[in-house]
Amino acid sequence: MERIHLPLPDPAKKPAALILGILFGFLLQKGGVTRYETIIGQLLLLDFTVLKVMLSAVLTGMLGIQILLRFNLVALHPKHGSFGSSVIGGLIFGLGFGLLGYCPGTAAGAAGQGSLDALFGGVGGMLLGAAFYSEIYHRIEPSVLRWGNFGDITLPELLRTSRWKVVTAVAALLAAVLAALSLAGL
Amino acid sequence: MSWLTMPRWPAITVGVAIGLLECLTFLLLDKPIGCSTAFTRTSGLIEKALRGNAAAEKPYYRLFPPVIDWEWVFVAGIPLGAFLAAFSSGTFRIEWVPSLWTAIFGTGISRRLGAALAGGFLVGLGSRWAGGCTSGHGISGCLQLALSSWLASAAFFAGGILSAILLFSLPGR
Repeated sequence: MERIHLPLPDPAKKPAALILGILFGFLLQKGGVTRYETIIGQLLLLDFTVLKVMLSAVLTGMLGIQILLRFNLVALHPKHGSFGSSVIGGLIFGLGFGLLGYCPGTAAGAAGQGSLDALFGGVGGMLLGAAFYSEIYHRIEPSVLRWGNFGDITLPELLRTSRWKVVTAVAALLAAVLAALSLAGL
Repeated sequence: MSWLTMPRWPAITVGVAIGLLECLTFLLLDKPIGCSTAFTRTSGLIEKALRGNAAAEKPYYRLFPPVIDWEWVFVAGIPLGAFLAAFSSGTFRIEWVPSLWTAIFGTGISRRLGAALAGGFLVGLGSRWAGGCTSGHGISGCLQLALSSWLASAAFFAGGILSAILLFSLPGR
């Protein structure tokens, strides 16, 4: 079956992205995850709002994308990774995450609800961090970023099994974690 | 319409809606939701404005050219949406120091801004190092079952939990 080419034509992409971004920001704020207290509460393992939002988003999106893939309406875009990139970069991110109390998307949202620490400290710091990365990129790219390189492999490819089986197993796992959180009253 | 003025929606409702928004983004724009690339483009735009085109020649900016693309517009929409959400429930307020920070570390603005700046620096650095953030890896990448995203997300939270617990157990805070 031929892949149906649905993506919008270029001139329509920015207006559509603006509307999708507004909806995303609206949802993040209504979900409470643009609040410093909610994110730190999650990292201190006292408030599981962030985990519940993320796991239910992954569960819904994973099933939705799987159905859309079945009808050739979407294409996957898994990111490349390596231990040096994903794990070391992820840990650097994490150390900052606990100190800042926002991530890039939620800091942008927090700025919109009036949290000036997210705007001046968060957004300002993230721009500096991104600029610093552009300075060191040519040095770490041939070394650290290639440690344990595994490319853009997905779990079904890694496990050499069908996508449907992994989707079903991960969906069951995420649903179980969400149910357990709910039963535990978290 | 009373749900529109509610200050908080249930976490699962919000998560399901974000999952559907991801499907819509894949359908309309043929890309998943992501936030941190826009920060690289902005830092590139600022460097270009300050230091001229030589800055844009850096290898990393050749990979992610300093331009305003639709993903940048998406991120610019986030504060607008969050403002509308906060305004609709009457919870919009200008705040320099979050209440939880005040309770532990006091009301000093410079102390909070210093921590946020340092944390923001590491978040900006780490998200580019890992090739994504809590949206691009944590939600978009995990839902595509990418190995890079599951590993990065585990590292985001491992580092975040460690960092927050250390910060909040600082002796003599």
